[in-house]
This record gives sequence, C-alpha cells and structure tokens, in this order.
Amino acid sequence: MSIPHLLVHDRRDNVGVVVVEGVAKGDDLFVVVTEDNSDFTITTKHDIPIGHKVALTDFSEGDTVIKYGVDIGRIVQDTTKGEHVHTHNLKTKRW
Amino acid sequence: MTNGTFFGYRRQNNRVGVRNYVAILPVDDISNAACEAVANNIQGTIALPHAYGRLQFGADLELHFRTLIGTGANPNVAACVVIGIEPGWTQKIVDGIAKTGKPVVGFSIEQHGDIETIATASRQAKEFVHMTSGLQREECGISDLWVAAKCGESDTTTGLASCPAVGNMYDKWIPKGLYGCFGETTEITGAEHICAARAASPEIAEKFMKTWQAYQDEVVEPFKTSDLSDSQPTKGNILGGLTTIEEKALGNLEKIGKEVSYIDVLEPAEAPASGPGLYFMDTSSAAAECNTLQAAAGYTVHCFPTGQGNIIGHPIMPVIKITGNPRTVRTMSEHVDVDVSGVVRREMTIPEAGDALMEMILQTANGRLTAAEALGHKEFVMTKLYRSA
Repeated sequence: MSIPHLLVHDRRDNVGVVVVEGVAKGDDLFVVVTEDNSDFTITTKHDIPIGHKVALTDFSEGDTVIKYGVDIGRIVQDTTKGEHVHTHNLKTKRW
Repeated sequence: MTNGTFFGYRRQNNRVGVRNYVAILPVDDISNAACEAVANNIQGTIALPHAYGRLQFGADLELHFRTLIGTGANPNVAACVVIGIEPGWTQKIVDGIAKTGKPVVGFSIEQHGDIETIATASRQAKEFVHMTSGLQREECGISDLWVAAKCGESDTTTGLASCPAVGNMYDKWIPKGLYGCFGETTEITGAEHICAARAASPEIAEKFMKTWQAYQDEVVEPFKTSDLSDSQPTKGNILGGLTTIEEKALGNLEKIGKEVSYIDVLEPAEAPASGPGLYFMDTSSAAAECNTLQAAAGYTVHCFPTGQGNIIGHPIMPVIKITGNPRTVRTMSEHVDVDVSGVVRREMTIPEAGDALMEMILQTANGRLTAAEALGHKEFVMTKLYRSA
C-alpha cells in the first residue's frame, strides 16, 4: 500500500489528519481510513502542516465535527471540503 | 519478542525495583540545599529537591506527606536519607518509608546548622551506598512490573500511534498481572462518558465520574476566566494540530487500550491496593506533577507518548518516550526511545507498535537508561492543592 497523506480514524469522521510534511494547496491527498483500510483521495485548498486536520465535507456554522466517531466540537465559520480545520473554525463545546 | 522476564531488585517488602538509588529526600524547600550538598559529596546518591513542605495543612499536607513517603518507599529506591528543618515532620517521613523495611534515616537541621547536618548525613549516605550498591538483580516476571502512563505535548499522531501502542501493551500485559495506571482528570473532558464505560463495575464508574465532576466544580468553575482553551489544549498541542479538549481527550484515552477495564480510582499518590490491574488516578494533566504522583504510588517504569516532543523525565522512575510523529523523530530523536511513526505510514501495525514498546519496557527494567535519563531529566514536582497557612 502507498504511504497515506491523510489518515481518518473512523468511517463516520468528517475530518482527517495530515501525516506527512509539506502538504501544499492544490495537492491531491491519498486518504486511508484506519478502521477498515478503505481509501479515497481529496484535494486540499490550503498548505496544511503535519498533524493538522482537513475537512472531508462542507460544513456550515453550528455543524458538529466528528473524529474517532465522536463529537469533538462545533464549526464556527462556514468551511468547505479540503479546507484546513483548526482553532479559527472549530471550537470546543466544553469549559 | 522476549520471554517476558527481566532482572530487577527485589526489596524487603517483595516489591521489585528497576533502579537502585540511594535517595536524599528533603522534607521541605529549605532543606534542598543540604540534600544537594550530600548528593554532591557522595557518589551513587540522588537528591530530590522540590518547592514545598512548609505551613501546609489538611488534605494538602496529607498529600505532601503521601508523596514524599511514597517516593522514598518506591522500590527503585534502595535506601533513603531524609533531611528536614525540624525533627517532627522529618520523623513522620522516615517512619512512613521504614514500613517497607528498607534502610532509612532522618536528620533535622535546627540546632545543628547546614554544615554539621551535611557532614553527618553524608557519612550515613556513604554507608547506604556501600550497603546497596552491590545488590544483585534477580529474574522477575511481568507481575512484578508496575508501569504507569501519561502523555504530553500531544498532537494528532498521539491518538493515531503512540497512545494506542501503550494501550496495546496494557491489553497484553494487564492479564499477565501487570499493575497499570493512567490519570489526567481534566484531560479526560470530552471523553468522560467513554472513560466511565471502561470501569470494571458501575461503582467504580461512579467513583470516576465523581472525581471528574469534582475537578469541574471545585477548580474549573471558580477559577476560569473565559474557558481553558488557552491551557487545554496547550499551545504545543495546537501547533501540533489538536484543536479542542474533546479531540485531545479521545487521543489521550487511547492509552488504556481496547479490552482492559480499570479496577479502582486512586487519590493522588495513593498506592493501588486491589491487586494487579489498571488503575485511574486523580491527577493534574501537567506532566511532572502527574509522573511524580504515579512514582509516589509505587510505579517503577513510565510510558510517555508524545507528539510534538515533551522531554520530561523523573529522578527515580525511568520515563520511556514514544512518538508516532515523523517530524519529531527527525528533529528530536535524542528524546525518543520508541519510534512508532511507521504506524502513520501504515508500515507498522498497532500490535507491532505495542510489541516494540514492551521490548523497550523490559530493556529499561533490565537497566537500559532511557533518553530522559541519559539527558539528565529529573523533574520532581509536588502537587499543591491550595495556598499554605
């Protein structure tokens, strides 16, 4: 199997994690879901550092982000598939 | 893979140490200088300076005593010299450590001064070095190992690779009689329902939820300014790609594997008393505080998954660093004991990562110095519950 650029924990997840250095805007990323080894590709819309998240779907403000198959917070600004997901557009529902 | 045995130091109370220190333990902050002087005079000893021990009271004082006694009692310590400013609390620590049967003597500074105390304590420390430095290791099994875990400077690779490696180790070794421990009460936030479901019984789940809720009610609510997002996740976590406490908590909890349940909820620095198995301990998520409490509970080896590269060690408990982040392996390899970055390249499975960690735990228990030990990391930090009197 080729080396993945993006890993997704669970089939239900709507974000994935960049696991290689140097991902640049416009790159076609090879994505693997660790739960079942299924794969697909996605095109990034930003330069994204290793470890950071990419939207696998289009989000509207208020949508829930799912990772590990579990709620990890809410989207606070509209975000499209392939965009960087981090503190600028995702907030905790706790504290 | 090894046959699952290692060579350790069996102590008077039948616990097994993987190190053989003569510890020079201060009761209070102002006795640090004398302890450091003794450790400087006598090779083969180690001073454990810390910041507190004066005018504490109630539960905070009890925790201070429990942490000091537990550290001296840890089987990685062969013998212990205790130095305090006055004889009362000094003797209390000595008496607590003496219950293990190991050699321990206390000295107090008032009416003697630093110089005389250092001279007398140095002679005693030298005797302890002669008594213990020739002790022989003997073959021991997995049921003699107490392995704690805590992650730090986590990132998204922590939940993909290094924490699951620790969890896989617990899944394989807890059934063989290992004592395990995880903690980080506040950092379970967002996954507390998942953590509660992993308790061995509804009573233990309730005990966990009560402990978790107490931190929310007694610390977060009264002291927060907006939310904890500037501290949890940390700035390092955020640089590494973690965004929310929920995301961090889910990665953190990968450390307890898929199969084992925890059998009790411990107070900070409380020694487990329900036999072999996995325990949850009520701790801070700050690495040095958590590790110090786990060592004080009697844990002799520590597994520390890191993403961005936390560099922590402990003075008497070897801390094994595991990372799944290929950039951290590239930029900070001197801090990494177990490289599981093959997991994110899909070149290594989680069970293989678990095996690599287990091999490193046995090597460490046999005496291999960890990266943190070789680099001189000795972080020893007391947990303080509230202001002193």
